[in-house]
Amino acid sequence: MAIDILMPALSPTMTEGKLAKWNKKEGDTVSSGEVIAEIETDKATMEVEAVDEGVLGKILIPEGTEGVAVNTPIAILVEEGEAVPEGPSAGSGEARPAAEEAPKAAAPTAVASPVATTTSEPEKDWGETSEITVREALRDAMAAEMRRDEDVFLLGEEVAQYQGAYKVSQGLLDEFGEKRVIDMPITEHGFTGMATGAAMTGLKPIVEFMTMNFSLQAIDHIINSAAKTHYMSGGQISCPMVFRGPNGAAARVGAQHSQCFASWYAHVPGLKVVAPWSAADAKGLLRAAIRDPNPVIVLENEILYGQKFPCPVDEDFILPIGKAKIERPGKDVTIVAFSISVGTAMAAAELLAEKGIDAEVINLRTIRPLDTATIVESVKKTSRLVTVEEGWPFAGIGAEIAMQVIEHAFDWLDAPPVRVAGLDVPMPFAANLEKLALPQPDWVVDAVSKIV
Amino acid sequence: MTEQNNAGQSRPDSATDGRNHPGLTTDQLKQAYYDMLLIRRFEEKAGQLYGMGLIGGFCHLYIGQEAVVVGLQMAQKDGDKVITSYRDHGQMLAAGMDPRGVMAELTGRATGLSHGKGGSMHMFSREKNFYGGHGIVGAQVALGIGLAFANKYRGTDEVSITYFGEGASNQGQVYESFNLAALHKLPCVFVIENNRYGMGTSVERASASKALWKNGEPWGIPGKQVDGMDVEAVNAAAKEAIAHCREGKGPYLLEMSTYRYRGHSMSDPAKYRQRSEVDEIRQKHDPIDHVRNLLKAAGVEDTDFKEMETKVKEIVADATEFAKTSPEPDPSELFTDVLVGE
Ligand SMILES: Cc1ncc(C[n+]2csc(CCOP(=O)(O)OP(=O)(O)O)c2C)c(N)n1
Ligand SMILES: [Mg+2]
Repeated sequence: MAIDILMPALSPTMTEGKLAKWNKKEGDTVSSGEVIAEIETDKATMEVEAVDEGVLGKILIPEGTEGVAVNTPIAILVEEGEAVPEGPSAGSGEARPAAEEAPKAAAPTAVASPVATTTSEPEKDWGETSEITVREALRDAMAAEMRRDEDVFLLGEEVAQYQGAYKVSQGLLDEFGEKRVIDMPITEHGFTGMATGAAMTGLKPIVEFMTMNFSLQAIDHIINSAAKTHYMSGGQISCPMVFRGPNGAAARVGAQHSQCFASWYAHVPGLKVVAPWSAADAKGLLRAAIRDPNPVIVLENEILYGQKFPCPVDEDFILPIGKAKIERPGKDVTIVAFSISVGTAMAAAELLAEKGIDAEVINLRTIRPLDTATIVESVKKTSRLVTVEEGWPFAGIGAEIAMQVIEHAFDWLDAPPVRVAGLDVPMPFAANLEKLALPQPDWVVDAVSKIV
Repeated sequence: MTEQNNAGQSRPDSATDGRNHPGLTTDQLKQAYYDMLLIRRFEEKAGQLYGMGLIGGFCHLYIGQEAVVVGLQMAQKDGDKVITSYRDHGQMLAAGMDPRGVMAELTGRATGLSHGKGGSMHMFSREKNFYGGHGIVGAQVALGIGLAFANKYRGTDEVSITYFGEGASNQGQVYESFNLAALHKLPCVFVIENNRYGMGTSVERASASKALWKNGEPWGIPGKQVDGMDVEAVNAAAKEAIAHCREGKGPYLLEMSTYRYRGHSMSDPAKYRQRSEVDEIRQKHDPIDHVRNLLKAAGVEDTDFKEMETKVKEIVADATEFAKTSPEPDPSELFTDVLVGE
């Protein structure tokens, strides 16, 4: 049967091109894969290869012809001894483009936001607590999960013999051995990729970055390899892993070692991001992160490592990802914060109380998916919103929270939301300048005073 | 299509053909021929569908490089894991992934292996131990040692076959991976597919190293340069490399000298090389013609070739029809598989 050879497209946007050259003439035999012609656009040239074999029965478009539309029959291929038809065979099966073939699906209507769909049920009471540091809480969380699941292991720089650059992994090498607590050379890009590959097979690595600043060396694997693989594989391959380390401003270490990555990672579908403040947050969220079948970023804070908080002693203690905590109930203004800024917000609330302003402080705990329900419910009560974070203001977490509130509780607002954030500068080194760059409780008090 | 028939009789000339590697039996060569032909015809068809607007975006064809993946696949055993770049159709077909599912993914249909959400560059198969399909040049190398790490962690003797281009071999993470793999004795066969070009840049213009197979030397990684157009040479080298890894001796590096006949992706100005260079290799070093000649010399009849050709044609035609007529993914799929369990 005669087959039409069609003008091919070099790219999805090409509509026409020049038939530059015929490498075969009428009557020549053609085998599949053979180059029969060349076409050109202003951008590129391409060879036309025969897919079927046969005899080039008739050339319909002579070489040198410009402006040949894509999918125009340019020649007719016939079988040995077959008569050559005069023109293109109507309705040759290959001619129709995808758009006509596939049943067109209707466009989706709703835009989904990365928000948690939790209802604000009261937090479970875990009973007895003891005072521990955030550092101990993180270690206990890892130890508990490693006891529970053989597939969980920790790798990073100085995590094993040195016991952690910030002593977070203290004692883990002794308990779990070097198979599961693995010192890495200074090679973030490489070991993060390695851990991600291992996670693709179902292992559950915890990748410790000495600080999150160095995760930039590895951010390609976090975003392009870990976060997207589940989607790109149509749900076949997942990356059940944790990326953790101290994030945000440390003390007096200068611009490269002091910045917040909450907004960076929270931007990415396929990732979850948690940012604990207290020891209970740290233990409960890290345990949840390790158990979660998705890649989870755990943003810790070096300055909080040594701080003590009451933490439930219950062996099963764990917190849900995606659920914020009201640290201090109040009725006049909602202050939303995460990580170390929760402390700033709590201190501000005390100062505000002295002025007779009753602030509600929300500790986000999880940044993605954001517990919008808890925030919105609070704003519906207080009608005022202030956000606090150490990161830069532009496109920061505060901006997202304000937008969520505008979308979901605009009519309840009595004043524009205000964000308190780190100043829009690289972190300075000098003690006085550094202090000026980071949110202080009075900044929050001032912000609240503007809108109450 | 990955099984080999070891019972097949050895070609009389296989030990004495002047090549310095053990040959494959006639039956194995037939299998190799068939596997390579399937890739070639599948890719030609993909190129054609692209030209018709049925495949969009990037589409990196494997034409010319077939002997590399087929020779390696024949040296692997079940459970060995494979990972590669965006130039991945050959690897997938060799791994035994369904040509229908691959082609339907190329056309972005619901029946594609990634349900239309991955495309030509992103397909995976847990069942066939194929771990993608990665679009960031070099990323699959660090991921590949992770597959090897997992094998070691679990105490299996499986290996990771990690493919990357000679262009990718300049990425920093490749050397981080060499170091980590050697340090932890990870069972990883690094396979550089040196097809001489990374897009429009020749290897001479990109690599100061003139012997890529030696690039693992500082870490003590044994390396070998292999004629990647000769499936027997590839297979022999692969067996050696894989055995080395299986025995727990750490990684191994193979540089496959091969050639890409087509453009880098579909639109390629092709100004960086002479047509005569392509023609010369096609005519004198084609990996499929090479096996065909060996088989002919071993007495395989024209009818046998015709039979294989027909079978391959049917598979490709069937995959094409499937890929053209399958529905596009339902809009409700837009938000699925972003997170596990949600
Ligand atoms: C990190 C990164 N940089 C650049 C690109 C764009 N790019 C895609 S393929 C390619 C060439 C790679 O050549 P090579 O590794 O030799 O593989 P080949 O295409 O020859 O198989 C480039 C530069 C990319 N995808 N990722
Ligand atoms: Mg290349």
